[in-house]
Amino acid sequence: MASTAVAHGHDDHHTPTGLRRWLFSTNHKDIGTLYLIFAVVAGLIGGAMSMLMRLELQETGTQFITNHHVFNVLVTGHGLIMVFFVIMPAVIGGFGNWFVPLMIGAPDMAFPRMNNISFWLMVPSFSLLLISVFVPGIGSDTGVGTGWTIYTPLSSSVPGVVTHDGPAVDLAILSLHLSGASSILGAINFITTIFNMRAPGMTLHRMPLFAWSILVTAFLLLLSLPVLAGAITMLLTDRNFGTAFFDPAGGGDPILFQHLFWFFGHPEVYIMILPGFGIISHIISTFSRKPVFGYLGMAYAMVAIGVVGFIVWAHHMYTTGLAVDTRAYFTAATMVIAVPTGIKIFSWIATMWGGSIRFTTPMIWAIGFIFLFTVGGVTGVVLANAGIDTALHNTYYVVAHFHYVLSLGAVFSIFAGFYYWFPKMSGRMYSEVLGKIHFWTMFVGVNLLFFPMHFLGLAGMPRRVPDYPDAMADWNRIASFGAYIAGASTIFFLFVVLHAFLAGKRAAANPWGEGADTLEWTLPSPPPFHQFNDLPVIKPTAHH
Amino acid sequence: MSRQPLPEGYRPPRHGRTALVLAGVVAGMIGLTYASVPLYYLFCAVTGLGGTTQRATDDEARVAAAAVSDREFTVRFDAQTASTLPWTFKPEQRQVTVKAGEQKLVFFKAANDAKTPVTGRATFNVTPLKSGQYFVKIACFCFDEQTLQPGQSVDMPVLFYVDPAISDDRNLDEVKTITLSYTFYRDRDDTADAAAHASRATTTN
Repeated sequence: MASTAVAHGHDDHHTPTGLRRWLFSTNHKDIGTLYLIFAVVAGLIGGAMSMLMRLELQETGTQFITNHHVFNVLVTGHGLIMVFFVIMPAVIGGFGNWFVPLMIGAPDMAFPRMNNISFWLMVPSFSLLLISVFVPGIGSDTGVGTGWTIYTPLSSSVPGVVTHDGPAVDLAILSLHLSGASSILGAINFITTIFNMRAPGMTLHRMPLFAWSILVTAFLLLLSLPVLAGAITMLLTDRNFGTAFFDPAGGGDPILFQHLFWFFGHPEVYIMILPGFGIISHIISTFSRKPVFGYLGMAYAMVAIGVVGFIVWAHHMYTTGLAVDTRAYFTAATMVIAVPTGIKIFSWIATMWGGSIRFTTPMIWAIGFIFLFTVGGVTGVVLANAGIDTALHNTYYVVAHFHYVLSLGAVFSIFAGFYYWFPKMSGRMYSEVLGKIHFWTMFVGVNLLFFPMHFLGLAGMPRRVPDYPDAMADWNRIASFGAYIAGASTIFFLFVVLHAFLAGKRAAANPWGEGADTLEWTLPSPPPFHQFNDLPVIKPTAHH
Repeated sequence: MSRQPLPEGYRPPRHGRTALVLAGVVAGMIGLTYASVPLYYLFCAVTGLGGTTQRATDDEARVAAAAVSDREFTVRFDAQTASTLPWTFKPEQRQVTVKAGEQKLVFFKAANDAKTPVTGRATFNVTPLKSGQYFVKIACFCFDEQTLQPGQSVDMPVLFYVDPAISDDRNLDEVKTITLSYTFYRDRDDTADAAAHASRATTTN
């Protein structure tokens, strides 16, 4: 160890520049930055797709998407991009890479070169998905129109039946393989880093909650992504190599695909939201100037959510003919998740209670997160009921629910984390005024966009259909206007970042004051290229 | 942030070993995914999930027959073919009435309307789906693929009974009608052969 420390001292001023720095990067902060840029670019593409959908849905009848397969391709692309190429890279690859090593007092990730592979697998993965839009999907119609769930038999290739017989689905499957490999490598990297590289004195029970959230997320990735990989490999061989895992004509069962998909898919939604939980805990604590309420409860609530998340998957499949006892079990198990989630919500509120609250930009994003995530959580409890879900399955009520927890939950936590850590990452302060304008326009926009979808869903409007009866015109028009406001707010966000880089004041090591007590705030802003050559020592009282 | 002397006997953590264990977990999950395919069918067969019917030996059927109760069921029959299968497939009786435990023999008729031999493969279940656990077949045409010559027509027998144990399950108290449904698909290999044959035919012409 001593010899490596000396070697590091020698290398301290060696920082690669230009292409070498970014292309061959093994530095967790640079890779984190790459992930964040990637997520913003993918987010603009995925967001543009949703704008096209809202333009089409603004009025009844067909506006400009005359080939309705194109609408399906937009729905599919929007879903896959937002899940795999925006939220996951932002919270895990971006903030996780940047702040897990800093928070646990480690010099870098355990496997820096594997970290580089993780990022650069995302680029070909995203490229494959984008290419799939331009190759035949169904007959001569191009692109994948299966939805992000790629259910068989629509995603199968059966001669003489309307299925995705073109190669577009194969490209999408390979895209998911690559992004899955990237995430699994990243998960191994995070777990190894967190288990082996914590600073002296930092026990697991003194570890910051964001590191806890990434640890749980990494385990979810490790256990769930191989199942998706297996399922889509079966689909790939069904389509091309004559197996019949999901084809009844060969003795298979399409419902089996749904079981495998959701065994991955349900943990996946927690993969997207758990890092957000970690981020929000730090922000609420920092700007209430209080340690987070019930630290251990908060950590183990995330563990509980992760564990229970693996045994509730069939609540996505209530209408596939499950036995009544099976549905009763999945209803009950799903509702159990509300308990650890409630612990988190109430602990955040208890953290704010009696605190010296400052309504900075990250804080209002975090409070917005708590409010909107709770709305989505409540509709989730409604949908957990097998009886009610029979009516609401595949309606816009479901779309409203998962956008409240993901588009408003996970995305708000990303923006909260972005404003919270931007001074640390860039060394510049953003403008509070512009940040608040960004928040309020986004808040109004997304609520106008998604709240009416509850009404549309209760009225029976099915998802993934580009037209609707005249009676649903008003709420759809309002939702579209909300989407345009949210879209404009996203463009405005780019301006906020640009403004911060051009005109932002220099940020101090800790611009947030005494509430920000995690290790990243002990370093200058931005942190040096290599940090913690002398490991910080965590004293027992320093648990936060 | 002063440098700490490393404790005596300190060994740096072995990242490689941790990563190897985690990679083993990933490999294990992929293995479980493939193992889930046979396990899924076993689970369906045991629990009657999705209306999967049960099979019985002659001995079990005799035991059930000895316990015939007065509870009567109307059993309806439904026959479907996939659009790619050029067969006519129908039940020969629309419905029958059976007592729980009583064995009944019914027939489905399948005819190949094509000018070539065609292989079909059937899937089947009963609704209400929860009755699958108690719907028992003793002999049945449906467990294998069937090849019909051009114009050939066959009667396909199904010998079944409703398990008298159905009366012990209060979740099925309201069940009076059970529908047995078959769907015939053109066998996957057969479809591939036909497509290959057709393309050969076009190239030689």
